[in-house]
Amino acid sequence: MYQSYALGIDLYQTQEPKSAYQTDAVGQDPYQAYGRGHGPYQPHEPGYGLYQPGYSPYDDQIPDPKSRMLAIQNAKAYLLKSSTTSGLNLYDHLANMLTKILDEQPANAVDIIENISKDVKWARFQKKMDTLRDEHEMLPTFEAAEKCKALFLKANGEGDEELEEEIGETPLPNVMETAFYFEQAGIGLSKDESYHIFLALKKLISVQPIQTCRFWGKILGLEMNYIIAEVQYHEGEEEEETEEEEVIEEEGKGMGEEDEDEKKEKEDEPPKSTYKPPPVIPREENGTGANKYAYFVCNEPGKPWVKLPPVTPAQIVCARKIKKFFTGRLDAPVVSFPPFPGNEANYLRAQIARISAGTQISPIGFYQFAEEEGDEEEEGGAGRDTYEENPDFQPLPAAEMVDSLSAWVHHGQSILKQGRCVWFNPFQKSEEEEEDEEEEKAEEPDEVQQETGPPLLTPLSEDEGIQNIPAWTAQCSTNLIPQYAVAILQSNRWPGAYAFASGKKFDNIYLGWGHKYSPENHGPALPPPVQAEYPSGPEITEARDPTLEEELAFKAAREEALAAAEEGEDEEDVAEDDEEEDDD
Amino acid sequence: SLNCVEWSLLPPATDEMVAQAEQLKGRFQGDPSFEYTYTEINAEDAERLFEDGKKPMIKEESRLVATIEQIDRAVGIIPRGAFVKTPLGSVRENRHFEGLSLTEAKKLSSYFHFTKPVNLKKKTLLEKADLDPSTDFLDSLEHDIPQGSWAVQLEKGGTVVVLRSLLWLGLTFYHVPMTKQYGYIYFGTGEKNLDLPFML
Repeated sequence: MYQSYALGIDLYQTQEPKSAYQTDAVGQDPYQAYGRGHGPYQPHEPGYGLYQPGYSPYDDQIPDPKSRMLAIQNAKAYLLKSSTTSGLNLYDHLANMLTKILDEQPANAVDIIENISKDVKWARFQKKMDTLRDEHEMLPTFEAAEKCKALFLKANGEGDEELEEEIGETPLPNVMETAFYFEQAGIGLSKDESYHIFLALKKLISVQPIQTCRFWGKILGLEMNYIIAEVQYHEGEEEEETEEEEVIEEEGKGMGEEDEDEKKEKEDEPPKSTYKPPPVIPREENGTGANKYAYFVCNEPGKPWVKLPPVTPAQIVCARKIKKFFTGRLDAPVVSFPPFPGNEANYLRAQIARISAGTQISPIGFYQFAEEEGDEEEEGGAGRDTYEENPDFQPLPAAEMVDSLSAWVHHGQSILKQGRCVWFNPFQKSEEEEEDEEEEKAEEPDEVQQETGPPLLTPLSEDEGIQNIPAWTAQCSTNLIPQYAVAILQSNRWPGAYAFASGKKFDNIYLGWGHKYSPENHGPALPPPVQAEYPSGPEITEARDPTLEEELAFKAAREEALAAAEEGEDEEDVAEDDEEEDDD
Repeated sequence: SLNCVEWSLLPPATDEMVAQAEQLKGRFQGDPSFEYTYTEINAEDAERLFEDGKKPMIKEESRLVATIEQIDRAVGIIPRGAFVKTPLGSVRENRHFEGLSLTEAKKLSSYFHFTKPVNLKKKTLLEKADLDPSTDFLDSLEHDIPQGSWAVQLEKGGTVVVLRSLLWLGLTFYHVPMTKQYGYIYFGTGEKNLDLPFML
């Protein structure tokens, strides 16, 4: 204020040197210009009466218009003067503030004027430009969007022609339609996500030779989730992985032989363990039983699909005993007891197999058994593996589907205790096993009973409940509009498995953590009892050394025996005596 | 409510109800007037709980109320800064809360349990010096036992952060960073996941 006063005087004096009368008036001008910025005060405003022209220290006004213009210019110069600390000037700041107020028209602007001023200043803040500039930061949102973008691009060139031919029968499922039906029940993913999954499945199909494809569901994990697609290949297309497995087995055998050679070189071999591991039950072939479908997973739609390895019975048996959360990384180890043979990808595949076997259902009549000859010869009654769609399927109305559980059947084959769908006798005498039997005939394991499970296409009414809870809960999507109601089933054994049926359409889905429901708490298996190191026999058991009396008695008994056996050969008697004396 | 059209008011939860409900296992039936009978209760407990000689039964609505109370107490969470404590001691909603930043949103320490704090007093003085008494007056999620009982995920390309509780399977908390939107909701069977330590 005082600086500008002095300035004002200087400017004024250089231009028009006048009397002190006017210097006084000059002092008033910036003051008045400031007052003018606020406008004349009305009687009800607090500023009234403070700066009245008649009562200010600098009383006299400037009558001369020329000097008034000059005064205005001085005032404006004052307002345009930049502050030394922030580089802003009052004129611009006031202008911005007024612009913002007029644009936004907030209520009670005068009450929050300080906040507005602060916000405007904050908005003006600019980072200093260093000589080192930061790389343009990729926001994670942007990165994720880039990945999704790939989904939305159409395949170029070759893709177009093939699409035209195959539009008749695409393996691509109509994910949006199933999502709509599930939404009627209040289950499902958001529309965005469903659509992304739709596009991701389309991409999967264009890459792999797939015959049928289905969105199986989503399993939640700690760090990331899994989106799972169930896929069936064209026949004869999936021979890639079996070759790899054979190679690994051969290498393993080579190593085993070397070890045995080294052992035989030592003189005193450590006692060979009599532990015979239980026979390894071979996994089912791709395309049958538990491996009927192949599964692809990805963490998010847009990320590449990874094929899950086929499941082995050992993995299923172990998966039944443990309960672990999925982390979201397929290569994570599964630390548990009993130790799970494999990493998270195998555990995931095993859980998927169990869930599919337990919860894949369809309305009765939709699938029927194919009419083949000679079904029941080899398999012993558990034979029917395949089913086909029934062209004469008559859908039941939703109310009936909900009322009785026998209107639904399982079309997923159930898994036996062994871990397979079709029972395998591990003690069949094949060529390999005969060699083993020659060496150790010590204990022949008992014959294992053939295991049977419920045959394919059993109705749900035969599913066991858990304690007093039925295995499935059925509901209609709405009671208000029965014509368009959708029948919904929720599984109680695998919470998260849902199925819907509406007319000829039906589908299953799983959305959950991937664990079975049990009202009791999970108890881990106890460690097995400590194995005996060596078989205990008379040779190594400690016994009390015989006392003198016992020895004498023994000798007497032996001599009697000798006397009785004198009729035998003499040489043998001598030999026996020698041996027995050594032993003593 | 069973059909979102007719609503009935539930009685408030008492500690006794909570204690009784903890002993019940299994799913809810869906009928608020269903009565449970205890199956595995010791003779001593029965005497203690029912001194008047009442039969050991508990209604499903009490169990429901007790479960809701347990869930809220155990896993009801809010982002840091959403509520402030005034100097007089009362807790108010913070109208200037503008949301957590993206980096803050990924950390468990920026979320608090929305119940009376249990662990605050056990912190060392050094830690307490860093706290801001107006916003840090609740327990943070970092020290939940067992460690790792929350799954933090970013959805929708990083625009929404979702926390899922593993102790009560089905409790989901969401927050859109840099905005005021947050909330939690429970969809599930209403059973505590007691197998959690085996599953991690």
